[in-house]
Amino acid sequence: MSAMPKWADLVLIPLISLSLAALLSALVILGIGEDPVAAVRMMVTGALGSTYAWGYTLYYATNFIFTGLAVSVAFHARLFNIGGEGQATLGGLGVALVCLALPWPHWALALPAAALGAALFGAAWAAIPAWLQARRGSHIVITTIMFNFIAASLLNYLLVNVLRPVGSMDPSTARFADGTHLPTLHDLLAPFGIAFSKAAPANISFLLALAASVAVWLLIWRSRLGYEIRALGHSEPAAIYAGIRPVRTVMWAMLISGALAGLMAVNTVMGEAERLVLNSVEGAGFIGIAVALMGRNHPVGVFLAAILFGFLYQGGAELALWTDIPRELIVVIQALVILFTGALDNMVRMPLERLFLALQKGPA
Amino acid sequence: MTNTQKVLGAAAALALTGGTALADPALIYDLGGKYDKSFNEAAFNGAERWKAETGGTYREIELQSEAQREQALRRFAEAGLNPIAMTGFAFKSVLEEVAADYPDTKFEIIDDLVDAPNVRSIVFAEHEGSYLVGMMAAMASKSNTVGFVGGMDIPLIRKFACGYAQGAKAVDPETTVLQNMTGTTAEAWADPVKGSELARAQIGQGADVIFAAAGTTGLGVLQAAADEGILSIGVDSNQNHLHPGQVLTSMVKGVDVAVYSAFKAGDALETGMFRLGLAEDGVGYAMDDNNKDLVTPEMIDAVEAAKAKIISGEIAVHDYMSDNTCPVK
Repeated sequence: MSAMPKWADLVLIPLISLSLAALLSALVILGIGEDPVAAVRMMVTGALGSTYAWGYTLYYATNFIFTGLAVSVAFHARLFNIGGEGQATLGGLGVALVCLALPWPHWALALPAAALGAALFGAAWAAIPAWLQARRGSHIVITTIMFNFIAASLLNYLLVNVLRPVGSMDPSTARFADGTHLPTLHDLLAPFGIAFSKAAPANISFLLALAASVAVWLLIWRSRLGYEIRALGHSEPAAIYAGIRPVRTVMWAMLISGALAGLMAVNTVMGEAERLVLNSVEGAGFIGIAVALMGRNHPVGVFLAAILFGFLYQGGAELALWTDIPRELIVVIQALVILFTGALDNMVRMPLERLFLALQKGPA
Repeated sequence: MTNTQKVLGAAAALALTGGTALADPALIYDLGGKYDKSFNEAAFNGAERWKAETGGTYREIELQSEAQREQALRRFAEAGLNPIAMTGFAFKSVLEEVAADYPDTKFEIIDDLVDAPNVRSIVFAEHEGSYLVGMMAAMASKSNTVGFVGGMDIPLIRKFACGYAQGAKAVDPETTVLQNMTGTTAEAWADPVKGSELARAQIGQGADVIFAAAGTTGLGVLQAAADEGILSIGVDSNQNHLHPGQVLTSMVKGVDVAVYSAFKAGDALETGMFRLGLAEDGVGYAMDDNNKDLVTPEMIDAVEAAKAKIISGEIAVHDYMSDNTCPVK
């Protein structure tokens, strides 16, 4: 069926898609009278040129690994979880409640507790759409996207009316105590004699994200539940025939997906802001969809795609800071990458498949 | 990390700082947008004035979301920009942390107080300026009903509302003051459609002068007032020109002066906490060709008399933020 060698599927297609997106972006930048070469150079130095830049790129990448994994796990059961945004928002609430509840003596204690809180809150937020899908057949795309809005409104209400400290005008929680401050890459690499920027927010959550990637790989390809999830995704009647219970499998897939999205908040809320603010997710839930699509729902692919989007995010932030390229245009560039690697995937894939077919037929 | 990478990194850092002469000042606009014709734009105008006078350059960024505050602030400090001015109370918490990490950089925050040795905090006595425009509103009103549309529902905006109500009631205790807030989050600064709806609702209740203290949202209020043929009052910047002959006046706040003087002082910026009121010309009401036919000499006399009394202390305008209550409704 597949005419293409694996390397073409995994490497060539994303590369061609990226090049097309880059080409179109360059034309857009030219169109507004800026220099695309200088823009690319600024993005590269700004996102990869120093440990400070790497610190931000990896910080964003950490978010995208979590949300990308979240989308992947659900997608293996052919569930399109586009509620990562809301699940991560609730995850942030879980982290904040854990961090504010107790006077944590050390981050090593606070981190597992906060991660648990984030995962539980994220999973709980995914549970209702999952149940509605599994039991009532309400389409998960509709329900999860609705839940994003509910999550935003709920957080809005809580931050304004409940969690905002007395006398503060900013709708955010109080700053977490020092005992919850996660070590940054600067702290982690210092013992090895590596001088990493102190100001960058990348922190131990990055390692947590790597661990989550391994765990997802084990789950999907090395566990019974993972097999059930994949079987259900390929064919529900066949899965039922094989004795797999669809309701239970859908629930598990979505709970794990929600928990992974929620875990993102450990990075943003606990690792960076050290308090819960509005919009702390900053669209990472949606970027996760592109990351999963581009990464072919495999943890390694998700990791690489997350780094790419971390680069785009941080590079875009640098462009916004140092050039006159308007902010909206940076969103356009990011959107082009998503469009080409995600939605227009088949545009590159189909001609390429035909090409490989012709090549194979030729010598034969 | 390899040595090559280190060298490359250092070169990149040099290239970045090399692009901007050392110690250029920087300005960060809060949510609501640079061209809100109000609060943020006042800061922009101050920076532009400095640029025109000195020929210097400055860096600026418009924030798009709450989570970007720290990155923008750190990035500018990291690049050696100095001083760094920011508009809005929402920077308080972030600046408290960042200021300590960059002791050699001077920061200026407008609208809130941050206690750090390298921070200049500027707050304004908005209640005093609002009192004056409240008096003018009550005197211009024929229906004896005036309106107030606030942006985000925070003590700072209630301070505007409370000063305004006190001024209106000082003219005539029977004046009805309608008050509405647009929302509870920063989005409330950037919603002109809702601003216009609130203004129309107040007009429906009989208001014929409406004061908007709501960033870009206020533009919708002013537009609705102009469409319905009633008077409005602008805020922060002089907004009289937006609808000539239909904006009674504007409660101007010296945000532009605060940014201008910080940029002018450069590294020698005097830090500490500063409160600017009527006495310091930090707040006031705007008069120009666009509203000269709307404001009667009697209004000017009354307002100038009140201004002198506020400065001398004879009239004490209650500051909502001192106890989070307002003596008048």
